Amino acid sequence: MIKKNIATNELGFVFNPATGDSYSTNPIAASIIQMLKDGRSLSDVKKNLLEQYDIDKTTIEKDVDEFVQTLKDHTLLNT
Amino acid sequence: MVPETPLVIAVTGLNAIDSPGPGVAVIRAIREGMGRPVRIIGLAYENLEPGIYMDGICDKTYQISYPAAGAEILYNHIKAIHEKEKLDIIIPNFDAELLNFIALSPRLTALGIHSFLPTLEMFNARDKVNLYAFGEKHNLFVPKDRTIYTVREIPFVAEEVGYPLVVKGKYYEAAVCYTLEQAQKAFYKISATWGTPIIIQQFINGTEINIAALGDGEGNTISIIPMRKMYITDKGKAWAGITLEDPLLLKLAQDFVAATNWRGGFELEVMRTVNNELYIMEINPRFPAWIYLSAGAGQNQPAALVRMALGENVPAFTSYDVGKLFIRYAWDMIVDVSRFQQFSAFGQI
Repeated sequence: MIKKNIATNELGFVFNPATGDSYSTNPIAASIIQMLKDGRSLSDVKKNLLEQYDIDKTTIEKDVDEFVQTLKDHTLLNT
Repeated sequence: MVPETPLVIAVTGLNAIDSPGPGVAVIRAIREGMGRPVRIIGLAYENLEPGIYMDGICDKTYQISYPAAGAEILYNHIKAIHEKEKLDIIIPNFDAELLNFIALSPRLTALGIHSFLPTLEMFNARDKVNLYAFGEKHNLFVPKDRTIYTVREIPFVAEEVGYPLVVKGKYYEAAVCYTLEQAQKAFYKISATWGTPIIIQQFINGTEINIAALGDGEGNTISIIPMRKMYITDKGKAWAGITLEDPLLLKLAQDFVAATNWRGGFELEVMRTVNNELYIMEINPRFPAWIYLSAGAGQNQPAALVRMALGENVPAFTSYDVGKLFIRYAWDMIVDVSRFQQFSAFGQI
């Protein structure tokens, strides 16, 4: 769902070549973007985070959905 | 082995100042992109244009008369320079001088000096005063505008385009105005420098994008580099910018070239609204000051223009580097007064 041409690196830098906008993300956000770029589903991303971090499912669901909305607002996702 | 004869290219626009002319960037791109020796002849209007004194830019520079002196005086200057330097090509880089160079083009060609310029018809079609009609004719988004000659006309025009509006000079300068008083003040300031008419344009909110492109004069686009301004000076000039990937921007430039059969370099100043509409705010009939980015991104437009001026068949570029930035900087040169005196007194250095 994330646009194919979005460039990222391991430091969390994100570049949208269509708009010229660039962003710095924290390590968790960078890993979410990487998983989405790898073609993993949203539920798979949430499951992965749930396994990695000591946090409840509701919080993960809410935070990931909110972050995805942020990506959408910045036109980083395919509509 | 006999050394290759250098190609002699005359270039204007050496004023690499805070609102820079494109000449220095054009020269830099040509020197890097021709793959053969070149001799650059700078043509300067003022004795403090930095390109005159910069190392590795001009091999020789001559002072020429201001465009207002007319085409005949310019012709005599160019002819005299040509007799000494044997010019192969001339690349004018200012809007205000282009009319003279277009008018002189056949006579310069007769002397053996090539150029690659739009026709007068092309030049006039994209003029600020004709831009709205041009957009309507070719189904391109262009902000509403009106051309005025007196300050008394502003209230009537403002009723049509609404506030805020943009007050623009015929060649350069623009100011966003939110009230009648601001618009009147901008009218007086800009018309004092650039004369009339003044253009009153509808204000479009969005992201500023510029496109540098090159047309072959037969409706084909040889190169297109879209760039988003990342840092804008108080004069509205890009201080930093980044190349973009967006098929809509490429199509916009191609549509413009197809509609006009544009010949030579040009720059589209575009505003992208939140609804992703691309408004053409202005069309500059020459390379922009940031044209070196085209070379940096893999499509050296000035070098391609030189080849086209020589009659070579230049195939269209097919790719460029996205995410390439240019960042302009200021640099103080130390110049001995003797060089300044030389140019001021004798008009050449």
